[in-house]
Amino acid sequence: MFVLLPLALVFAAAALGVFIWAALSGQYDDVHTPAVRMLYDDEPPGPSRQGP
Amino acid sequence: MSIAEGAVAPPRAAPALCAHCGLTVPPGLVDPAPVEQDAPRQFCCHGCRAVYAVIHEHGLDRYYALRNLTDAPPAPASPTGRSYGEFDDPGFQARACWSTDDGLAATELYLEGVHCAACVWLVERLPGLVPGVLEVRLDLPRSRALVRWDPRAVPLSAAARQLDALGYRAHPSRGLEARALRRQEDRRMLARIGLAGAVAANVMAIAFALYGGAFHGMEPEYASLFRWASLAITVPSVIWGGGVFFRGAWAALRIRTLHMDLPISIGLLAGFLHGAVNTLRGTGDVYFDSVTALIFLLLAGRYVQRRQQRAAADSAELLAALAPSAARVIEARGVREVPLEALLPGARVEVRAGDVVPADGVIASGRSALDLSLLSGESRPMAAGPGDRVHAGTVNLSSRLEVLVEQTGEDTRVGRLMKLVEEFGRRRAPVVELADRIAGHFVAAVLVLAAVTFALWAPVDAGRAVDHAVALLIVTCPCALGLATPLALSAAIGQAARAGFLIKGADVIEKLTRPGRMWLDKTGTLTAGRAALLAWWGDAAARPLAAAAEAHSSHPLARALVAALGPAPDLPVTITETHGGGIEGEVAGRAVILGSPEFVTARAGFVPPEFRRRARDLSDGGLTPVLVAVDGAVVAAAGFGDPLRGDAGPALARVRNRGWRVGILSGDDRVVVAAVGSRLGLDPEDCRGGVSPEAKLRAVRDGAAAGSVVMVGDGVNDAAALAAATVGIAVHGGAEAALAAADVFITRPGVARVADLLDGAGRAMKTVRRNLVLSLCYNAAGVALAMAGLINPVVAAVLMPLSSITVIASSYRARSFTRAEAPPCR
Repeated sequence: MFVLLPLALVFAAAALGVFIWAALSGQYDDVHTPAVRMLYDDEPPGPSRQGP
Repeated sequence: MSIAEGAVAPPRAAPALCAHCGLTVPPGLVDPAPVEQDAPRQFCCHGCRAVYAVIHEHGLDRYYALRNLTDAPPAPASPTGRSYGEFDDPGFQARACWSTDDGLAATELYLEGVHCAACVWLVERLPGLVPGVLEVRLDLPRSRALVRWDPRAVPLSAAARQLDALGYRAHPSRGLEARALRRQEDRRMLARIGLAGAVAANVMAIAFALYGGAFHGMEPEYASLFRWASLAITVPSVIWGGGVFFRGAWAALRIRTLHMDLPISIGLLAGFLHGAVNTLRGTGDVYFDSVTALIFLLLAGRYVQRRQQRAAADSAELLAALAPSAARVIEARGVREVPLEALLPGARVEVRAGDVVPADGVIASGRSALDLSLLSGESRPMAAGPGDRVHAGTVNLSSRLEVLVEQTGEDTRVGRLMKLVEEFGRRRAPVVELADRIAGHFVAAVLVLAAVTFALWAPVDAGRAVDHAVALLIVTCPCALGLATPLALSAAIGQAARAGFLIKGADVIEKLTRPGRMWLDKTGTLTAGRAALLAWWGDAAARPLAAAAEAHSSHPLARALVAALGPAPDLPVTITETHGGGIEGEVAGRAVILGSPEFVTARAGFVPPEFRRRARDLSDGGLTPVLVAVDGAVVAAAGFGDPLRGDAGPALARVRNRGWRVGILSGDDRVVVAAVGSRLGLDPEDCRGGVSPEAKLRAVRDGAAAGSVVMVGDGVNDAAALAAATVGIAVHGGAEAALAAADVFITRPGVARVADLLDGAGRAMKTVRRNLVLSLCYNAAGVALAMAGLINPVVAAVLMPLSSITVIASSYRARSFTRAEAPPCR
């Protein structure tokens, strides 16, 4: 118990650290557009072919 | 007076749909022989045709397939063909752009016309269309695009021109620094909530072990370990998360006011210090789980509240970006677009039809009709010619003007009005929210009760007396009370935003529930805000001739006539137009004269008394009379006016039933305002026409001294009054200044929305009061238990989240604002 509890807390702290880093680096600023964007990312940007 | 409203049926809808935007194509524009044989493409306007061509040419037709997958409402495109030259101005670049480490430049543009997910795809294809643009990232909900480009390879204006060609008008983003700061603040708040949540969950898990130990026995060294562990992880939450409340309480104390943060801080500190001392001593209760859960819930509540208010303010700011940012200066070498800030008095600028006049000045050449409604509220277009003064913000309706600039920026009439608006915004008294008003009494009551508890228990056992007094401080820590109003109000603001009401502050809702006076601006609020044919008296056979003649004019009255009479029959037409008068010419071999009574009298020579009387009646009724003469004889009289919205009457009745005294305060003509007021059954004394912006402000200020005044308006002429009113409401299509000054912005047209807003505010305040009663009940129960000495950590741990959850459920279950119909696309 004396080992397990601090160990668990270290894991929790690591997860929390990742979250805080993500929040501070702006990954939660816009949570709407990426969900839409991934649907269209199946071809490279730019005109892949000229119009028919 | 024989005014037949809607006397003329609108043209029947044709089945053809626009290939670009999906709207119905007006019958007159259906192309009988489309270029493509296999797939006939029709376009509703020239804009859609141009955008379609650009998209098609670059092989981006996939946009249409994607667009059809989304249920975005159709919106016609309108490329402007501007050069965006001001985007390359060094001054502009210094202000709106920044350079990145690798020698590239970046900027944020607000794109007008972004409305659905397919737009994300199309806009982000830009790097493939304009070599030198490296990346475009579109933030869909905010319509902002981050553009990174190589300034050595391509100018920013080229990217803006390409976006324009795709149907997205680019505007520079304003207030970049302020927004970056707020974004930083938002991120930090989110991180804080993450920390507080993680700590609360872990402390809770440890607390369960401690509760188990308390009921079934536990080795003392384990109990001690658990206490030390929870103390250790509670510390960061109290310092970093709870710091928000301590700072708030300290700031309030320094200026000797009471704030909800004060009782919260007392409860948090009492709980934490008591627990810390007991952990050090190794005996007594610890309340770490209650303290950490409290911090988490309160922070989350604050965050939700801020986000909602931020969203409303952001939307208004976006619209502010739409103001014209460039002027077309005429130089020896030609016309050059310069940023407004670089425009100097003495310059000669070109104002094309449809453009907004960029500065105050005098017309040097050209004749046109001007829409002054932004400044004066006058809905009738005014004719202007060389030597006439024009003001910034007015819209040039019919033909090109050259203007000699006299005042620019803050010295223009609009600029001075905006300064007034800012002053009022600053001078406005800070609002004491309901919860804060309660907080004062609450602190006093809790401290007295804690003292009483201590005094009652001290004779029994001094140690237990301290325990019970502290327990009282902790359980009464107003978690639910602190959440009660913010949550109910932010839930209501969120619902309101989805229903099309952008509310900038939570206090607005409370103020809207106290009836007083309501002043409405007429143009665009009670009426449609544009001219329409409202009366036709005389020979119906003259209609097609009139429509055919007017089809070639871009004058607003001509457009209203064509809209009402349907597409002009295909007749051979030769006409000449006289600005400020009317038109004359030949339609199908017949001489047609159309225009103001003076114009027609001058050209036709004689107007029968019957028609002269008609024209006078129309004029007295607040309409603009137009006479029609065919082959030299006057055959018909038409009346044009700004038609009353269909929902205006019932909506005003609803507002008055709530106890509001409704009046009209308009810059429009006195006669027009009186006519509208009498149709709506308003007291003639409350219908004031011909009111200048300064007089509007005075009327609102006089009223505000006596009680609450709500001002509903949309123009720059209302802005100062909106800012001075208890609550300013800007309605659909409003000017930038009105949006900045108002507390509420209604995104959908119609005065019925104002009535909906009042209803919603009433329901929201009911929820707030219910929440306050609920949380006070919990606190009363907590006080009773603590004074009786029955509170222990388990009871506190159950009671506190329970009270919060009740309040949260009550807030989000309430349906204050409901969505009547789909919101407009943005």
